[in-house]
Amino acid sequence: MSENEGLVCRHMTKKNPNGQNEHQDTCSQGKDTSRSPCCPGTPDRATPSCTCNGYTPPTVEIGDVTGTITFINRLDHFLTRWGVNRSGHRIEPGLYRLGNPTPDSPVVVTANYTLSFDAVRSALQGTDCYILVLDTKGINVWCAAGKGTFGTDELVHRISATGLESIVRHQTLVLPQLGAPGIAAHEVLRRSGFRVEYGPVRARDLPRYLATRTATPEMRRVIFPLRDRLVLTPIELVHAALPTLAAAILLYFLAGPLAALGAITAVLTGTVLFPALLHFIPTKDFSTKGLILGVIAAFPFALSFAGDPPSPSGVNIMAAIAALLLMPAVTAYLALNFTGSTPFTSRSGVKTEIFRYVPLMAVMAGSGSALALLLAILRLTGVI
Amino acid sequence: MVNFREVRQNLDEKKKLSGFFNFRRIERSEVRGGEGRHQPAFDSYIENTLRYYPERCFNCRRCTQVCPHAVFEEGQDRALLARPEACMECGACALNCPAQAIDVQSGVGCAWAMISAALRGKDMDNGECSCGDGENSCCGQRKEKAPPCC
Repeated sequence: MSENEGLVCRHMTKKNPNGQNEHQDTCSQGKDTSRSPCCPGTPDRATPSCTCNGYTPPTVEIGDVTGTITFINRLDHFLTRWGVNRSGHRIEPGLYRLGNPTPDSPVVVTANYTLSFDAVRSALQGTDCYILVLDTKGINVWCAAGKGTFGTDELVHRISATGLESIVRHQTLVLPQLGAPGIAAHEVLRRSGFRVEYGPVRARDLPRYLATRTATPEMRRVIFPLRDRLVLTPIELVHAALPTLAAAILLYFLAGPLAALGAITAVLTGTVLFPALLHFIPTKDFSTKGLILGVIAAFPFALSFAGDPPSPSGVNIMAAIAALLLMPAVTAYLALNFTGSTPFTSRSGVKTEIFRYVPLMAVMAGSGSALALLLAILRLTGVI
Repeated sequence: MVNFREVRQNLDEKKKLSGFFNFRRIERSEVRGGEGRHQPAFDSYIENTLRYYPERCFNCRRCTQVCPHAVFEEGQDRALLARPEACMECGACALNCPAQAIDVQSGVGCAWAMISAALRGKDMDNGECSCGDGENSCCGQRKEKAPPCC
């Protein structure tokens, strides 16, 4: 039963089979563009106050949701994590009812990204409240706040578009703390009359926050535990997959299966092992962490290259050096790129890192490639 | 007679010269001495653009609420800059400070976005350059390759 409810809700918010949410959207568009015919394709559900002259505010349609996460939701989360249809995991912006809220029930604000919305509604299961969904173009709260789409303008607009003023008495909004980089609380108060309260960082702390209306220091701190790091590895892997495959195939024909395996190992080390071991690798800079991990990963390869049937001209040593130059460079570069996925690297710091280490990585990758190419040419021409 | 409005404007415009109070440097040595876990040579994250002008603070405590790294701490009369080296330059404190007592060049600490910007000849410091799929984002041209930071 609850499974069914969840399914209906998802449909209603995303695909809107009964036209409810689409209706609302059309109305607000009609209001903005003024003369365009409002609610053109509205099927059987005519809303009285949705007049087409563009002057009457549209009737506020409030969606109903449950806190149940269905199989479909989980599938959607899974696909999101693997980067399928990257920006398509959205829900309709607007106001939603969770449970049976009264005019005194809290209003919780979130982004129109399914992972964010589902986290909020499942955390608040059993709590009667309103959820105000901002249009963040299917991007999570923190990134949207950084870009400004989860911002003061959108919040103020959404408050008036949903007619929130006439729905709740308290004029208070609970915002996610991580939305703060996009919101100026005092500006929201000045422009809309709504008081902004910053709730906890994590949606799962919302019930505890709503009970006391104060956040403990733990609720305010962002952490990056193993689980949070591991859920990011699929998408890291997906992004690196194609170039890696190309490099592996190239290396297979130029230098043999071991070199191809080396390329794959370097990428796996940078995209999966690095996030997993992030806090355990010494040094603070991501590049140096990546270099350390890369050297460790390259070592077995270097050893087996060096241990190949002895050749007088030191070709094996050259192959080993190539592995020790190339693999750590790749791993370090991937590690440096992981900065964007963490919740603690500053722009200044990342910039410092780029200037400090990217030249080194480039030199390592360049000399390693030159060495590998030289070996490949020697091999193909039959010199060795 | 002193024209206070003018003085204040001057202060706002040239805050780096007048009224500049850099707690960071004082705190930094303490933090470095206290932690001692990492060599500064391997820590690019000690320096950041966070600046705090405590004389403007009227203790509304917003900064202590919005910072996800407890950079600010509640104080008796004004907020205290407790862990400046932990600042990730998200800009939440500065934006939410009604007294403009905090200044930070906010931006996304994403190497991918910055390197892409540099490679395409764009300004690395451009605030519009961030990850995601917006028109202004550096990753916008290759949507499917947008970094996972969003």
